[in-house]
Amino acid sequence: MSEEIVLTYPISPDDFTRAGEASSDVKQKLKQMGVSPDAVRKVAIAMYEGEINMVIHARGGVITVKIAENAITMILNDQGPGIPDVALAMQAGYSTAPEEIRNLGFGAGMGLPNMKKYSDTMEIQTTLGVGTTITMSVNL
Amino acid sequence: MDKFYHSVRLDKDLCKGCINCIKRCPTAAIRVRNGKAQINSKFCIDCGECIRICPHHAKHATYDTLDVLKQYDYTVALPPPSLFGQFNHLDDVNIILNALLRMGFNDVYEVGAAAELVSEATREYLNEHKEIRPVISTACPTVVRLIRVRFPNLIPHLLPLNPPIEVAANLAAARAMLKTGLPREKIGIIFITPCPSKVTYVQSPLGVEKSQVDKVLAIKDVYTQLLPHMKAVRDVSVDLGKAGKIGISWGRSGGEASGLFTESYLAADGIENVIRVLEDLEDEKFTNLRFVELNACNGGCVGGVLTVENPYVSEVKLKYLHKYMPVAKSHLDEDAEAFVPWTAPVEYEPVFRLGGTQQESFTRLNQVEQLLKKFPGLDCGSCGAPTCKALAEDIARGAATEKDCIYCLRQNINKLSSEVSALADVIAEKQVRRREAVAILREYITKITDEMSLLDNQGAWNSGEHHNENETEAHETE
Repeated sequence: MSEEIVLTYPISPDDFTRAGEASSDVKQKLKQMGVSPDAVRKVAIAMYEGEINMVIHARGGVITVKIAENAITMILNDQGPGIPDVALAMQAGYSTAPEEIRNLGFGAGMGLPNMKKYSDTMEIQTTLGVGTTITMSVNL
Repeated sequence: MDKFYHSVRLDKDLCKGCINCIKRCPTAAIRVRNGKAQINSKFCIDCGECIRICPHHAKHATYDTLDVLKQYDYTVALPPPSLFGQFNHLDDVNIILNALLRMGFNDVYEVGAAAELVSEATREYLNEHKEIRPVISTACPTVVRLIRVRFPNLIPHLLPLNPPIEVAANLAAARAMLKTGLPREKIGIIFITPCPSKVTYVQSPLGVEKSQVDKVLAIKDVYTQLLPHMKAVRDVSVDLGKAGKIGISWGRSGGEASGLFTESYLAADGIENVIRVLEDLEDEKFTNLRFVELNACNGGCVGGVLTVENPYVSEVKLKYLHKYMPVAKSHLDEDAEAFVPWTAPVEYEPVFRLGGTQQESFTRLNQVEQLLKKFPGLDCGSCGAPTCKALAEDIARGAATEKDCIYCLRQNINKLSSEVSALADVIAEKQVRRREAVAILREYITKITDEMSLLDNQGAWNSGEHHNENETEAHETE
């Protein structure tokens, strides 16, 4: 299994009805691949949280998923406002989501903490006013 | 019994090879091959959607006929709450229960009565397992089958209790043996089913090794038989009703959950809605809910494909029927308690895996991605598969070829045609000798004719021999 499968998902901004479609598609593919149920769950939740974050905070972006022999890598790339204080954003319950988003049941301040919790490695590169790239991986 | 036994079958003679069922199937289990539908028994969850949609009535469910009453010395009818929702102006369940006795059964045991015991046991289970959030109902066998093949992470959430049908069968059999002194095999425990899913459950149960239900009749068959007897018993009926409000409510969506005395529940019905809820549960979106009730049919069991009444009308009738009933009439005792817990575990069956090993699955998934770029994405169904994606997966599994796609085939023909016309230009300029030109032209004509004949024999209409029949393991009427 030398090659890897690369899947690209454009994430449209401000459309909650479509949020979660990308992670759902990846979940189905991983099941078809026979990946362990636990790894499927981790990828699905970590990616779903990331996808929702991109819709709420970053006016969408692109998620690239790389499926390789021993790991799934998710690269979430956006041209949003950037994260001013990563340490603060990583705190459970900390949220900057606007009221209307919270009313939809999102923005509970668990996005980044859950992404960290469900991935095996997570790296955040962010520049204010330029955008954010989060790379997560789940080992197989 | 085969763990992939099914009660949903195809009548080949009636099947016209249209695409209605392949489009409706929630697990993409059906393909049209050689002009006939075939059900993949590993993917099928017996939801009955194909029976509902087939305009030619080529799909049906297997169940027993009323003759089975003669096979036993003593018979007990197990009427489910959904049966009571089929009749107009029914204000007393005793009319049905007594009519069943007049019809030829020796005794009746209401499934709703057993349902109240299951409700009680569920309340205990929820109290003892506050860490499992949510607990998922296991009363609908189609839902359990779906989780078994598609949602492995949710298996630990399944309520490990037998469905009311099984608890009722055990209690009815025990009571009949005690009352008659007959051995078990001379007693017939006969369930009256609203759906094929429960026929499958009886043949190949989940949670127990063997079901205590001996035979299964369909509500739609029993319905017509009951009507004359109902008139006769209207004034002379004996009080046999053992189910209260909770038991009767189990026949409709939300009924099971309402017997748990918690507001922290969700009840979804209809197979597509059930799948959406399961997807969300898998993504841990509802971690604070205590209970999730799921019914594959719209409206719950009253929506079963073997019922006669509109499910929403049935629902109203059930509500009317139980309006003045006590909350519950049956209560758990030590004897009954023994029949409630599961005795066999439900295990993940990864039937949707593309290959035998992870490496093979990976390669095939890659192939599927490449094929999808080639296909038109119209999901037209002409190849016999419900979607382009399903065809790509079939090809990766070796059960179809690219030429099954009429659009790919059309491209091939167009390509050949333009090559021929290029050749004609060359001939016109006399750069080729006459004899050679004729030979090349003949070759192209043969190629085009071959492609055209493939089109005539196209997947849905009449497929070629290249399909690996072993991969689809059809379950048809023998």
